[in-house]
Amino acid sequence: MSSLAETFAGSHRASGSHDGPLLEVDHVVVQFGGVTAVNEACFTADPGTVTGLIGPNGAGKTTCFNVISGLQKPTRGTVRFQGKDVSSTPVHRRSKRGMGRTFQRLEAFGSLSVRDNVKVAADIHRGVLKGFLPGGHGKNIDALLERVGIAAYADERADSIPTGTARLLELARCLAGDPKLLLLDEPSSGLDETETDAFGDLLRDLAAEGRAILMVEHDMDLVMAVCDVIHVLDFGSIIASGDPATIRRDPAVQKAYLGYSDEDDADAHTVTDLPAVSDDTMVIPAAREGVGS
Amino acid sequence: MSSFLAFTIFGLVSGAAYAIAASGLVLTYSTTRVFNIAHGALGMLLSFVFWDFSVRQGMPTLLALFLVLFVVAPAIGWFLQRFVARGLGDAPVSVSLVVTVAILVATLGLAQQVWPPEARSVQPFFAGTSYEMFGFFITAHQILTIVLSLVVAVGLYVLLNRTRIGTAMRASVDNPELLKLFGGQPERVAALSWAIGTSLAALAGVLLVSTVGLDYFALLLLVINAFAAAILGRLQNLPLTFVGAMSLGLVTSYASGYLPTDGLLNSVRNVVPALFLFAVIVLMPQAQLRIGQVKGIVSAPLPSPFKALSWSGALLLGVALVAGALSEANLLLVGTAATYAIVMLSLVLLTGYGGHVSLAQITFVGVGALAYIKIDSPNLGGLLLAGLVAAGVGALVALPVIRLTGLYLALATLAFAVIMDRMIFQADFAFGFNGSLSAERLSILGYQVDSTAGYVWVMAVFFVLMGLALLVVRAGPLGRMLVALRDSPAACGTLGLDQRWFRVGLFAASAGMAGIAGALYAGLRGTVGAAEFQFFGSFTLLLLAVVFGVTSVTGAALGGVGLMMLPVLQADYPGIAGLFFVVIAVGAILLARDPNGLANQLFRLGRLLDRRFGNRIRERIPVLPVPGGSLGGMREQARAEHDANAAADHSLTTVGLGAGGGAATTSGPDQGPAENKEPAGV
Repeated sequence: MSSLAETFAGSHRASGSHDGPLLEVDHVVVQFGGVTAVNEACFTADPGTVTGLIGPNGAGKTTCFNVISGLQKPTRGTVRFQGKDVSSTPVHRRSKRGMGRTFQRLEAFGSLSVRDNVKVAADIHRGVLKGFLPGGHGKNIDALLERVGIAAYADERADSIPTGTARLLELARCLAGDPKLLLLDEPSSGLDETETDAFGDLLRDLAAEGRAILMVEHDMDLVMAVCDVIHVLDFGSIIASGDPATIRRDPAVQKAYLGYSDEDDADAHTVTDLPAVSDDTMVIPAAREGVGS
Repeated sequence: MSSFLAFTIFGLVSGAAYAIAASGLVLTYSTTRVFNIAHGALGMLLSFVFWDFSVRQGMPTLLALFLVLFVVAPAIGWFLQRFVARGLGDAPVSVSLVVTVAILVATLGLAQQVWPPEARSVQPFFAGTSYEMFGFFITAHQILTIVLSLVVAVGLYVLLNRTRIGTAMRASVDNPELLKLFGGQPERVAALSWAIGTSLAALAGVLLVSTVGLDYFALLLLVINAFAAAILGRLQNLPLTFVGAMSLGLVTSYASGYLPTDGLLNSVRNVVPALFLFAVIVLMPQAQLRIGQVKGIVSAPLPSPFKALSWSGALLLGVALVAGALSEANLLLVGTAATYAIVMLSLVLLTGYGGHVSLAQITFVGVGALAYIKIDSPNLGGLLLAGLVAAGVGALVALPVIRLTGLYLALATLAFAVIMDRMIFQADFAFGFNGSLSAERLSILGYQVDSTAGYVWVMAVFFVLMGLALLVVRAGPLGRMLVALRDSPAACGTLGLDQRWFRVGLFAASAGMAGIAGALYAGLRGTVGAAEFQFFGSFTLLLLAVVFGVTSVTGAALGGVGLMMLPVLQADYPGIAGLFFVVIAVGAILLARDPNGLANQLFRLGRLLDRRFGNRIRERIPVLPVPGGSLGGMREQARAEHDANAAADHSLTTVGLGAGGGAATTSGPDQGPAENKEPAGV
């Protein structure tokens, strides 16, 4: 209960007691059979900042998330959280230490109501045994739904709400556990323009509370607007890192996204001109070859 | 030394037959993601067909073999894939397992129906021909078996690696949708692999039948050998599968040759394959959490507390009234129904809420009964202890497979059930071989319930209490967690839930409930034996639970009555005993995708009737409460409220445990046909 109250109080600013970044991905390699999905990826996420992870579909972004949250074992490399190596820590224990994530392919609890989805998360956060006790967190749950902007859907079954709303539900569910690090996998796809703007503000708020946010996102306007740092992945490798302005001008990024790296044309085709690709449809050909061909 | 060689050869020969069966299993699983638990049963059925062709109809052996392997078996396999197993690959394991268990039960029923029990024998191929090797004889049949297993191995290799359709098969493993995009036909590939798989099951059955004998269950159990071998090959790797089959054949053969012929070790030989299966499962590597949303399952609505309590009262009143009027034999039947109903409640928890499948629930009933008798303190404490023992055993079964999910957990329970059935329950320290133990009736707070009528009522009370407890759990935080875990294990993990222990706890709780049912059953019967807890009972239990509705307490009550009626009906109509199995199986196949079962149809009927006649009845009898409304409501206000409910289709208030009354009333009429009969279960 108190943790939910803290959600709104922003208690994380002083919590980072160790030196260095909250999350550190160190030379992580993931291979599926002969395919290298992630190749020597190194990046960090710091409290109070929004870090963007972008790149064409199939670049290894979601795989990175799976490695960080523990759903996928890396072939090589380490993941450090709060300075400690968590590479072999089970999924649930990483969550207990303060990681929360959403999924690109929705993982809402379809047969529960939206409110119950968040309640389950709060119960799990309190501990399974305490979950037996009747919960007194009703008000906080509703406040959380309100904050994320899905209070209107509270009583609907989670498999009947629109995709964008379900993504926000996953975010609310995460927040019920009051995570220090938020991993958001394409959180804005399915949202309209107004909703995306509100979502951007919410992200800044969450970061201002002292959380580290790592976000995979295809909506370049959103990424450029809210991210402090952006890492660009292509074929599993990080090809560029920096603030939005730097990334926008980076020739390697132009090449990965647009299929060519003509410096002269780069200004005419800034990354923001890309179609805001959405969801898990097959956009690799469009993103890679669309303009180049 | 020569005996060692003989055992080795014999082991390799049976290993070769297992390899043939196992490769069929691997082929169907790896192309369609459906684990066909009926694989051995199909081999059994087709061995009977082979007997029918070659012995009864007197066809030439080769013609009979050709017809079985290349006409009948592929036709059955094609039919099953096309009309029964289609689209099951993406279904949750609780659905796909139920469907293949249904195929198993249907196959058994069909075999018993068409070929009623009688002495039959099948001669080995080239009977009488044998060759001397290293000082002992090897028969031509044995050589043939080994040669055929090699032919199958090479044939499958060539098919998968050197032909177009084989490439399509391997592609459909990876991505059937993509295969479709590129002009392949995953459905055709799936049908073909089921046809070939069934043929291989038939071949294995026909090769083994001359040694094993034409026995429904012995051949059916052969599937465990195939499972063990196939799982060693991770259900994908054919060479490893062959290695597994051969080593299993050798171990089984040495066990039968060298184990002492008395004591507990003697019976180990019966369960070597099951032990092997268990060991192989335990050695499986850690399973990754599945990502990818399972579509939420429509659960049966939760009844309001008022509704649940009033129907519980009605059920208890009904049982009390009926119990006073019934003969002793029929009372025992009602008690048996109550036992089954409680066991079905344990499945509501495990399968209905949790999405896991146990193929050993009847075994846990046996464990509970045995513990109750051995603890020998027939009071509430003894009952609770018996439940705890069963829960502990359940946890022990789930613990080794804690890292694995769904299918492997279910297979572990199957191995466990067979081990208990064939070894432990028949041991001297348990019920004894063909033996039985006597149990005393329960005494509650010093008062012993001697009369059968009173005891049956007490059992009904236990059913009601456990049912209400389940509803409370389901409505609370724990119930939400169970549903969440069923809907998305990955999300639960990333929210901080350690599901491994959660699963062990769930499994133990379910086993404990079954154990309490067993303890009550022992007290009811007075004497119980191992024969009442055979592994096969868990199959029919699971199917009936699904047919009547595995998500609701009402479904459990109806299912309990249904399962009790099954042997009664089979005894009444011995001519169509097998058909009953087929009917249940077909029902389960039709209903498997809707786990709410028949109970939900009753809820709908109740809602319909309420909308039609509810108001008129309430006008006549003003004391009747409004559905979901408070007791003190005024009639006018109540009617307005009801109309609002009807308009909004307020399912929660009008449905619920409503059909619990159905359970109470069905148990009445159901006694009718059995009135003058001896109970079949005795």
